[in-house]
Amino acid sequence: MIAYKTEIEKPKIEAGVDKKYLLTAKQMATFVTNGFLMVENLVPDELNQAINRDQRELNIPGYRFWTETDNIRAAFDLPQVKGIIQGLVGLNPVYDHSFLHVVKAKHLKAQNWHADSIIDLRPLAFDIQAFYFSHDTPREMGPTLILPGSHLRKANTESIGRYKNIVGQRQLEAKAGTIVFMHHGIWHCAQPNYTDQTRYVFKLRLQPGQVQHGLFNMDGYKDPEVVQIIDKGYQEWQGNEARIEHNMRARLWRYVTGDDSVDVSFERSLTRMGV
Amino acid sequence: MTRLRQQILILHLAVSSLEGRTVAWAFFDGTLAADQPQMQSGDTEKPPYESVLAAMRDGWMVIQLPTLPVYVPGHEHESGHLPYEYVLERKVDLDSL
Repeated sequence: MIAYKTEIEKPKIEAGVDKKYLLTAKQMATFVTNGFLMVENLVPDELNQAINRDQRELNIPGYRFWTETDNIRAAFDLPQVKGIIQGLVGLNPVYDHSFLHVVKAKHLKAQNWHADSIIDLRPLAFDIQAFYFSHDTPREMGPTLILPGSHLRKANTESIGRYKNIVGQRQLEAKAGTIVFMHHGIWHCAQPNYTDQTRYVFKLRLQPGQVQHGLFNMDGYKDPEVVQIIDKGYQEWQGNEARIEHNMRARLWRYVTGDDSVDVSFERSLTRMGV
Repeated sequence: MTRLRQQILILHLAVSSLEGRTVAWAFFDGTLAADQPQMQSGDTEKPPYESVLAAMRDGWMVIQLPTLPVYVPGHEHESGHLPYEYVLERKVDLDSL
């Protein structure tokens, strides 16, 4: 399902997952609003344990973990995982990079807030970064800290590094088998690990392999319970800019639905302004 | 050498008024030695002051007011850094600690 830049793995073009596995309209509205989608119990325990053993025992450099172990790729080949990826970046997403992130036991230094890579020039298209947790990762173990709703705010790498605490920041405490799918632009940072256990998080970044119009299960995308996810997705930290933020996610909703007539903006102002 | 050290408190407010609600905060403490931990990302959930005005009442001096956002035609519905960033200062005599 995932295409590669190298010859290590050839792309496998498939017809797509069964519709029951495909990202739903509610899940897409949540992603568009918050910039991430946390899905628990995606990977079964047996596979989590196998991947955890690979992480702890094989001593493979983080950037080669994806290509040199089979179990991690098996996790991303599960239909329930592929269905979410397909809904976000299409049938043949392009492999960007991956890394096994490790925070050693008792490493007490947090990362600075940042957005990954470099400021992105695409107005609406997006990459995703899947963060997979193979073991339970409670708050004291230093799960990634994210700022919900920050994905559409332009920040260049660590230009936000002098920020320290923000109202609504969220520690991604996760159970084994959880994958968090993030928009490439979301503000985040690694956290201290106060436990005596090493913390592992595997990150896979994928680019869209096609225009991201209507890739998810569009059933009910105009239903009130879907629209209200976007309408009510205000974050306290957004302050005076919250309405602008609302309109930015309304534009992203038009992009992912492929429906330029749908209007979920503030006071439906896009329609009022004829844009 | 002077025994005065600077502490910098950065408060981001929801609006441009100094009475606006604090939505983000950072503290850089010049009284601490290099091996002492500074505030770092994610280590507190509640701001130290509810507004810049509240911090002023507690003795903090405002040394920077942000300029107001400039809305560039064609880019009005875009956002970036937290816009209402106030920098406050307190000078501390190490001998008084």
